Amino acid sequence: MNQSLSDTLRERVEQIKRGGDEKYHQKGQEQGKLFVRDRLSLLFDQGSYNIEDGLFANCKESDLPADGVVTAIGKINGQRVCVMANDSTVKAGSWGQRTVEKIIRIQETAEKLRVPLLYLVDSAGARITDQLQMFPGRRGAGRIFYNQVKLSGKIPQVCILFGPSAAGGAYIPAFCDIVIMVDKNASMYLGSPRMAEMVIGEKVTLEELGGARMHCSVSGCGDMLAQTEQEAIDFARRYLGFFPGNYSESPPYAVAQEPHEQAKDINGIVPDNQNAPFNMYDFIEAVVDKDSFLEIKKLFAQELITGLARLDGKPVGIIANQPRVKGGVLFVDSADKASRFISLCDAYHIPLLFLTDVPGFMIGTAVERAGIIRHGAKMISSMSEATVPKVSVIVRKAYGAGLYAMAGPAFEPDVCLALPQAQIAVMGPEAAVNAVYSNKIQAIEDPAERQAFVMEKRKEYQEDINLYLLASEMIVDSIVEPMNLREELINRFDAYSSKQLLSTDRKHPVYPV
Amino acid sequence: MKQVRATMAGTILRLLVDTGNEIESGADVIVLESMKMEVPMATESAGKVTSVKVQIGDFVNEGDVLVELE
Repeated sequence: MNQSLSDTLRERVEQIKRGGDEKYHQKGQEQGKLFVRDRLSLLFDQGSYNIEDGLFANCKESDLPADGVVTAIGKINGQRVCVMANDSTVKAGSWGQRTVEKIIRIQETAEKLRVPLLYLVDSAGARITDQLQMFPGRRGAGRIFYNQVKLSGKIPQVCILFGPSAAGGAYIPAFCDIVIMVDKNASMYLGSPRMAEMVIGEKVTLEELGGARMHCSVSGCGDMLAQTEQEAIDFARRYLGFFPGNYSESPPYAVAQEPHEQAKDINGIVPDNQNAPFNMYDFIEAVVDKDSFLEIKKLFAQELITGLARLDGKPVGIIANQPRVKGGVLFVDSADKASRFISLCDAYHIPLLFLTDVPGFMIGTAVERAGIIRHGAKMISSMSEATVPKVSVIVRKAYGAGLYAMAGPAFEPDVCLALPQAQIAVMGPEAAVNAVYSNKIQAIEDPAERQAFVMEKRKEYQEDINLYLLASEMIVDSIVEPMNLREELINRFDAYSSKQLLSTDRKHPVYPV
Repeated sequence: MKQVRATMAGTILRLLVDTGNEIESGADVIVLESMKMEVPMATESAGKVTSVKVQIGDFVNEGDVLVELE
């Protein structure tokens, strides 16, 4: 081949791979942002990706290298993955016609190869000058979101948000299984602060309106708040280590580990007093493999903990009430958080472990107006729909609909285990005696006599909900000592690993959303 | 001025700090009773307590100010 043709090619490739103008590289550096190709080097095993398509997209335009997005195939934890990554040095990562086409094509590739797809988002949104070509048509940006929905549950979809995802672009993270956000730089919003001021008269900062911290702690659009890009990428790699390449495969096992040496003694963690707080994280640490717990939505609805972990090396999804926060009561957001997490684990064959210590769903005007009933129904619905092995552990109390939402006996857990201090009831003794004997209590005039009556009724009630009575009635399947819980769970999940439950031939349930 | 606000509706069960106390970030300042549970309210920032806004037995709603710090 003519040497000069090769040289020309090599030069053009190098030029395109350098991305946009130097001043945009500098601007990125000042914000703590890595260049898109450096992000990819951190993401892939040994920093390598040798398959890239559309490098020459829009190469007739000198200022739009790769049309502002890199689409590549590489490996993470030895598993093949597809990636799309915006280049914010090229027109702020905005989308033109070929940008959109490249994203659609890598989605189609990931679907055909049945491998996970990662979206490394850092984009100002649509290029208005290209709108006719990239916005409304069959292969316009809408197709990206359509594909995301169709891919959901077939292949894992992960979003790392390094910068803005504005207007329509904000739906890329919204349709991913998980959204990792880099603090200060990541943002997600439909209308910018400037637009908010012009259209509705609101004065607000970008951070307040759609910053990463807000989304990870208030709106729930973000699942993990990373302090640096490196931390965000490491989290994505760890996260994918729990997932199979697609829904027809099983999640990967890791080397089994004992719980952390510094984990607290499980016997001393749960107080006997049903109403006293304790830290459920201590309990989780004492049960799962050392350093395996990967929390999802740590900053959002903290009264409920959701996270992936390993038991004897095998992945498990944990849904646990946190009595330390809001008494572990279920709220609108916590029900929503649980519902989403359960459906994520179920889609990829990750068994579910429910650690229950719940006084019930919150009551009062505020939550009724916010639709606590339909949000609670959402949680109960996804938990009922889940066909993976489900193990329900009543750690302490399980009152009212809280028992149901946490995979209580009626919801076909493979087993319902109880710790010795477990208490299962419609409501706690104090509330129950008040509810049943309210008029009678009021009618007793002598305070001492009244108190004696209340105590006697509470004692009777305690006997009614005695754990051995519940076990005798086969409501709970077994009572387990805390120190034996880990062993019991390992044996149970191992036994249930061949569980097969097929859905019916209906189209889908009508979700109570 | 920093504030500790109620994270949920309930009644004040115990006050753990007094005006003038220096407290560390993450420390519990008040215990609320709600849904028959004892629910500790912690401060997100350290500082000196300038005022305790509630008394034992008071009903508070989510978002109400409980304690103010310097």
